[in-house]
Amino acid sequence: MLDLVKNRYLWFLLSLAIILPGMISLAANGLQLGIDFTGGTLWEIEVQEGTSSNEIQSVVEAHGFTGARVQESDDNQMLIRMDEMQQGSPEKAELESALESQIGSFTELQLQAVGPTLGTEIRNRAGIAILLASIGVLLYIAYAFRKTQNPFLYGSCAIIAMLHDVALVVGVFSILGWIANVEVDALFVTAILTIIGFSVHDTIVVFDRVRENLVLRAGDKFEDIVNYSIVQTIPRSINTTITTLFTLLALYLFGGATIQFFILALIIGIVAGTYSSIFNAAQVLVAWENQEIQDFFRRLFGWPQSHEMPDEEEEEDEYEAEAPAR
Amino acid sequence: MRNRLGITLAAIAVITLVAGWLNLPSDVADPFGWKENVYYHQGLDLQGGLQVVLEARPPEGQEVTDEMLDGTRDTVERRVSGLGVSEPLIQTRGDDQIIVELPGVGDPETAVQVIAQTALLEIIDPQGEFLPEGTIVNTTAGMAEDHIIETEIEEDPQAVPDQDQPVYETIVTGADLTDAYPQQDEVGQMVVGFELDSDAAQTFHDFTSANVGQPMSVVLDKEVISTATIRSAISNRGQISGPPRDEVYNLVAQLQAGSLAVPLEVVQSRTVGPTLGQESIDASLTAGAVGLALVVLFMIVYYRLPGVLSVLALAVYGLIILAMFRSIPVVLTLAGLAGVILSIGMAVDANILIFSRLREELRMGHSLTRSIEEGFNRAWPSIRDSNIATMITCVILYWFGEYVGASIIQGFALTLFIGVAVSMFSAITVTRSFLRLALTSPALRTEWWLGMELPDEQVEQKQGAPGDD
Repeated sequence: MLDLVKNRYLWFLLSLAIILPGMISLAANGLQLGIDFTGGTLWEIEVQEGTSSNEIQSVVEAHGFTGARVQESDDNQMLIRMDEMQQGSPEKAELESALESQIGSFTELQLQAVGPTLGTEIRNRAGIAILLASIGVLLYIAYAFRKTQNPFLYGSCAIIAMLHDVALVVGVFSILGWIANVEVDALFVTAILTIIGFSVHDTIVVFDRVRENLVLRAGDKFEDIVNYSIVQTIPRSINTTITTLFTLLALYLFGGATIQFFILALIIGIVAGTYSSIFNAAQVLVAWENQEIQDFFRRLFGWPQSHEMPDEEEEEDEYEAEAPAR
Repeated sequence: MRNRLGITLAAIAVITLVAGWLNLPSDVADPFGWKENVYYHQGLDLQGGLQVVLEARPPEGQEVTDEMLDGTRDTVERRVSGLGVSEPLIQTRGDDQIIVELPGVGDPETAVQVIAQTALLEIIDPQGEFLPEGTIVNTTAGMAEDHIIETEIEEDPQAVPDQDQPVYETIVTGADLTDAYPQQDEVGQMVVGFELDSDAAQTFHDFTSANVGQPMSVVLDKEVISTATIRSAISNRGQISGPPRDEVYNLVAQLQAGSLAVPLEVVQSRTVGPTLGQESIDASLTAGAVGLALVVLFMIVYYRLPGVLSVLALAVYGLIILAMFRSIPVVLTLAGLAGVILSIGMAVDANILIFSRLREELRMGHSLTRSIEEGFNRAWPSIRDSNIATMITCVILYWFGEYVGASIIQGFALTLFIGVAVSMFSAITVTRSFLRLALTSPALRTEWWLGMELPDEQVEQKQGAPGDD
């Protein structure tokens, strides 16, 4: 049978290699925060044929909105990012009449304006929401797996897999923000929370098999049970991902520009979620049950070992060699 | 066993018919008017419209009380009703915010102005001075700096008088009005006509009769909008000239609704034009159709008969959730439509879990009947636990959405939640019943139809036969 547990440190390393660039980018550049978090205004207008974004830019800047960015979002459609300018405010009336005299009449397609204090509030709420979702999921899994020896272990491993998926998506968006000015907004937080749900969804399906096989195959070695469970669930994992990706790709290609990055985040998150549910989540379970994680920390902090370690230098590669305690 | 299957199928048929009926247009097949409010409620991003979050800015040293906020909300509600928007939503949020949603509003700019302006009208005694329009004044009803919110002051700080400057006496305020209406004055100009209650009329009469030939100023939100000479004593009726024609109607609406108990500042506004909304609907429908077609094709090609049955179950699922969206109602947003399309994937996932189980059971040599039952029973804990985990995140998402753009993210959370909940019913009960029914026909109990290897002797086995071990 396919052995996915034996090479678990290879899979962990692979994940690390994929996540690392994003994390470096996150540390160096952070995320490009959209107006939902920073406050500001996003104004999309439809202008007459032949209007250039520079014309608009100079008018907008002349009205005190320095640092405004104007970009053509579609044919004759201009997307203006600027400091806060609320609907119905005198500043907006002034700017509109100035624009009209410069570029002729135009139509407002959308205006999103968020005050700076509200932006901070939304940012805090987003953090709390993600934390709450993690705790809620952890508690539920601990409850659903209460009949196993170590219910919180299952919950914790699901959370680790979830963090893996979230880290990957956040990292990719950090890179996208850096190279393509892609901003994260409230919809991005929505995508992250959805990915949390999906990631846990996938992981639970695998864990549920482990739970069942622990009874059916009592007496087998834990890592064999885990491997058997993963292999059993692979057809389902792949088929589900395929059908979900069908719908997401359709949304990405035809769903319109507004939600394109939202969908992209979901696509990355779902692929990551499938990978982590097959290659990471249950393997972490095994690493814990085999005391490998505990030993790592004992060694890191110089605590006494639980059992004798092979005489090798303390490097990460060593775990790969030493991993399956057969 | 047979009987129970019959009852379940009948129940599914009834539910499907009711859902189908709810999905018909509101005026079709509705003799009793039950479907009056059953239709798709489109969010602002789909049908266009305006959402504003207003934050109370009380004068320094003053707290916003619940009564004050509720009173302000009621005033806003009255003002909105003058705007002629079909389904406005006005609610308070937290300690000091009011959210207003105006779907399909034609002129968002004016709407914000009408809603957010304090509209404290005063008629003051300028003490013989002829105050020019635009002058900002202190009055006995309140100091200018307490009344005008910070952002407005920033623009022109010099214009705001401090405490050392004269405080003019307020004779009557907007609160003394019993009525306000637009009318034409002698020269045909649009003015605001008003009527005062009896107490105020007496005060006003005393003041005007004592000051004939002297000026009198009308002040709106501490800004002089007109100054005129008193020609004769006035008691209960008067006119306010000064505001341009289009502002007359707004002022009338504001005076009728009353002034706000506390000044409001716009802290967030989201406006979506109607064209963008329609484009979004079209795009989502295309995406949904393409996505659905791919899923249907995949399920049928890969799973054959069970696939066909799960697609039928998916149709039932679709009818049910759409009927729920129409009747609960769920406000559909762009993200919400994505949630719906995504939940199709979730609904199919449950069936994939079951069919994978079914194949495994068959491979283990169990009979078809037993494999089906085992497939469903064993897949159930996975489906339940994973879906509940998704529902937990939906609940948190809903809570988060309240602080972002009320209906925009909440719509996604709600549609995904409903989709996941209903998918458990459609994938378990509906698909299982369809499968049981289909397999009563020997013609369908073949390897080809099932897309799975069957032990030969079991292909012809009758349903309900004892299990193999």
